[in-house]
Amino acid sequence: MVQPLPETFRETPSQTAGPYVHIGLIPQQAGFDIFETNFSNVVAGPDATGEPIRVEGRVFDGAGEPVRDVLIEVWQANAAGRYAHPADRQPGKEADPHFRGWGRTGSDFETGLWFFDTVKPGIVSGRHGRPMAPHLNLWIVARGINTGLQTRLYFSDEEAANAADPVLNLIEQKSRRQTLIARRETRDGRGVYVLDIHLQGEAETVFFDV
Amino acid sequence: METVTDDDHREFLQRDRGVHPPAFTPDYKTSVLRSPRRALLSLQNSLSEVTGPTFGHSEIGELDNDLIRNYAHDGQPIGERCIVHGRVRDENGRGIPQTLVEFWQANAGGRYRHRNDHYLAPIDPNFGGCGRTLTDAQGNYVFRTIKPGPYPWRNFLNSWRPAHIHFSVFGSGFAQRLITQMYFEGDPLIWRDPMVLGIPDRAAAERLIAPLDMNAAIPLDMLAYRFDITLRGRQSTVFENKLQGN
Repeated sequence: MVQPLPETFRETPSQTAGPYVHIGLIPQQAGFDIFETNFSNVVAGPDATGEPIRVEGRVFDGAGEPVRDVLIEVWQANAAGRYAHPADRQPGKEADPHFRGWGRTGSDFETGLWFFDTVKPGIVSGRHGRPMAPHLNLWIVARGINTGLQTRLYFSDEEAANAADPVLNLIEQKSRRQTLIARRETRDGRGVYVLDIHLQGEAETVFFDV
Repeated sequence: METVTDDDHREFLQRDRGVHPPAFTPDYKTSVLRSPRRALLSLQNSLSEVTGPTFGHSEIGELDNDLIRNYAHDGQPIGERCIVHGRVRDENGRGIPQTLVEFWQANAGGRYRHRNDHYLAPIDPNFGGCGRTLTDAQGNYVFRTIKPGPYPWRNFLNSWRPAHIHFSVFGSGFAQRLITQMYFEGDPLIWRDPMVLGIPDRAAAERLIAPLDMNAAIPLDMLAYRFDITLRGRQSTVFENKLQGN
């Protein structure tokens, strides 16, 4: 016999969020008002530093139909490339008191469109100090998705940074890297980035086991 | 926020996918077209994964953890009054303090207050069906509610979900994000449910079943169930896997 290792526990199994996830996480979308403070898809308000942008898209299933009951959360750094979390101690990058870095949204029940209003994130230092191109971390749950899917959204106008990004470069098939890059448009003078997410099939988005 | 320690710089243990249902579980029909066919790409943690949103008491209303009162208009909701409580800990057994726990459920008749639920069981005018709370310094949470009823759903022709409460938990890093469902001890529908049966490891599935907890019941008032939640732990050595100065 050997000494036993300290007791450990195993992670609680995931289960699907189901079709009525909005009741708990976005009750107003479910059709009623119950909380004084509601979480929203506004990741950065008007006082946040940085370039205001909208990111939007749709999530498609394996038959090419939009998923109309998906819930997406975003987690991102501020314009300086710093996360609003005490574990981020990157030198020289200021916290922004007007920036939380997190938001959630549900896709529209008719069109399947989702969007976030935020600011474009800065470069975050990755492993071994290698800079990561500006990106949003996305977490996707829905009816039919047993465990939340993690992916990233990168920006089409950051070509040089994307080409050097240590995570994008881990994707063996170069064509698949494109599934994470949102296309920039300009509407009413504001930058809008569009990224469609494909759960399954030819254009399947890269999902991560983080 | 002030509860974050040096431990929060450490990377998370690799997620054991064997305790989770795989993406493709064909008896749960909706998973067929909503499951990726390509392998997930494994990533070593960076700041993007070890950090995550924090929440404060100012965001949580006084009644947010009391589903018996938080939507009561002209009376109390109908059904079995119960307490649900437990601890949110990580795989190393450490309680996770001040983390957001959210929950939602059907009413006593199995009807959801949601514009897309058209089940013929009626809405309860005094029951909303959602709540949230922050864990305390030891990782404990508690809320009051009405035990939800089972309800039918369009999967097989005669599919019925066991009574369940949905849970959403954050932890301290975005890689810990978890949504799950709690079931009730003794419910014969549990082992007929394709979502429960989608979990490959029976012992793991059993961890979703909350036991009756008579010690936490309030005599002449309400029963109690205990549901502990385990999120991913952090790696324990400090040499290679602590993100610092990068």
